[in-house]
Amino acid sequence: MNLRRRYLRDRLMVALVYLGTLLVLLPLLFILGYVFVKGIGALNWDFFTKPPAPPGEPGGGMLPAIVGTFVIDLMALAMGGLLGLGGGVLMAEYPEHPLNRPLRLVANVLGGIPAILMGLFAFVFVVVPMGGFSAFSGSVALAILMIPIIMRATEEVLRILPWELREAGLALGLPRWRVTLSLILPAAKGGIVTGLLLALARAAGEAAPLLFTAFGNPFISFDPLGPMDSLPLKIYVYAISPYEEWIRQAWGAALLLALLLMVTNFLARRALRRS
Amino acid sequence: MRDKIYGQLGDRVFTAGLVLLGLAVMLIAGLMAWELGAGGWEAFRSFGFWGFVRGSAWNAVAEQFGAWPFLLGTLITSAAALALAFLPALAAAIAVAEYAPRWLAEAVAYLIDLLAALPSVVYGLWGIFVLVPLVRDHLEQPLFLWSAEHAPALMGVLGPPTGIGMLSAVLVLALMIVPYASSLARDAIRLVPRAQREAMYALGATRWEVVRRVVLPYARGGIFAGVILALARAIGETMAVTMLIGNSGQLPYSVFGPAATMASVIANEFAEAEGGLQLSSLLAVGFLLMLLSLAVNLVADFILRRMSVGEGRK
Repeated sequence: MNLRRRYLRDRLMVALVYLGTLLVLLPLLFILGYVFVKGIGALNWDFFTKPPAPPGEPGGGMLPAIVGTFVIDLMALAMGGLLGLGGGVLMAEYPEHPLNRPLRLVANVLGGIPAILMGLFAFVFVVVPMGGFSAFSGSVALAILMIPIIMRATEEVLRILPWELREAGLALGLPRWRVTLSLILPAAKGGIVTGLLLALARAAGEAAPLLFTAFGNPFISFDPLGPMDSLPLKIYVYAISPYEEWIRQAWGAALLLALLLMVTNFLARRALRRS
Repeated sequence: MRDKIYGQLGDRVFTAGLVLLGLAVMLIAGLMAWELGAGGWEAFRSFGFWGFVRGSAWNAVAEQFGAWPFLLGTLITSAAALALAFLPALAAAIAVAEYAPRWLAEAVAYLIDLLAALPSVVYGLWGIFVLVPLVRDHLEQPLFLWSAEHAPALMGVLGPPTGIGMLSAVLVLALMIVPYASSLARDAIRLVPRAQREAMYALGATRWEVVRRVVLPYARGGIFAGVILALARAIGETMAVTMLIGNSGQLPYSVFGPAATMASVIANEFAEAEGGLQLSSLLAVGFLLMLLSLAVNLVADFILRRMSVGEGRK
């Protein structure tokens, strides 16, 4: 009798747990499917090759935003990657260094700060002194977003490597910097690439830090010191616009951005598995 | 001689380079806090720190600014979203880590990670064109009409049933933090040693009893820390909320009505801010938002350290 009640409760909880899981997955799958269905209709040749048409007119495309996404994000990756890798290597390879404790604290703090504040900072620190909105300021904001992610990933990967590897190098008479550069970093290559790609994917989806830094630009631009467009920014601007054509293209851009991020995440996972 | 240059000098240069990069990271974080605080100085000076925090007027024409409506908006929306998201997220984590067969667990975990990577603007876009009409036509309007007939006192609490407002923002926020909270809870549950479970099974416990008495108590530190981190996520979430909440400087006292959060008011007004005091007030709101997320993250850190069993304590 008591046993039967316990079994009954067990079954009930299994059902509830699966029900909760469905409650999580169904709406999210619905969003994904909806973006796919609405977006696929907006993707055509013009979408990839033309600048936007004037407001309210049909046609036009996303070329400036696509180009801008790559320019802004790659500049950010270059800056964020350098600082993040440096910090991560310092924390993992020089555990005795006095800078490590405060550095780890700062990395945790930076990782918890909302992305829009990176944009505010880049505005005050870069846009105002330089006298105008620029792709560079957007990259600075995104780079700050990337730093803690890259730092943490780098440190974790390096920590996994056995100390014997370092000792073997030192025993051969290699100085520490050579051990790090020629033994440790190559051995951890896969994991480091994963960290870089995950940080890139995280930053590439953000529109908030770009609102008042990169600002947006309807023309194709490669000038890092001028305003530049980006896919997330364009989705935001088009989504709240009153024009049907723009809204249609916002769905296309959302699908494109989602696909790009999925590919990046997939590559990141593959790099990790290879190492 | 060559060895000395190669070894000692090389090491010194290399370490100095790393330290320089590390210092740069710390400098950036410090500058960020400084610039936001200094930028908001004018607002803090004009209204007083607590006057600004507790001030409930936000009026660019009268040059009166206070962060209270946005602070409340942020706290209410993120707490409500977390309340909605918590149980489903925990259920999904238990399903993946305990109940589901391997193939299903992997598929679900992969999907959840995928959805956590979907950008905020995409959730916002979906919210505007799918969720808002849905909520308006099938939830808010029927409720509003019902209250108009049967409980007129409720109408003020409910607010205008336009779909754009707190309710939609909370729902989208909940959807956005579910994958994140769930994957953190899943990680915490996976840390529970197998021996703990097996001991319980050996005593004749059912699966639920093992989850209830062993897994959840053991993982509670990680789960709670995950919950707080999800709350921090919700507090900083900007784009989707900005697109759905209606951005009104009023105090957020109605369920359906428009409101604003700290992040959304910055996103919405910063580019068009006129006059030094408004700009400064927005920077001051940013400074407060930074303090709030800092505090929440520290609490998560503290919980993780205090409440973890075994490995968590380092």
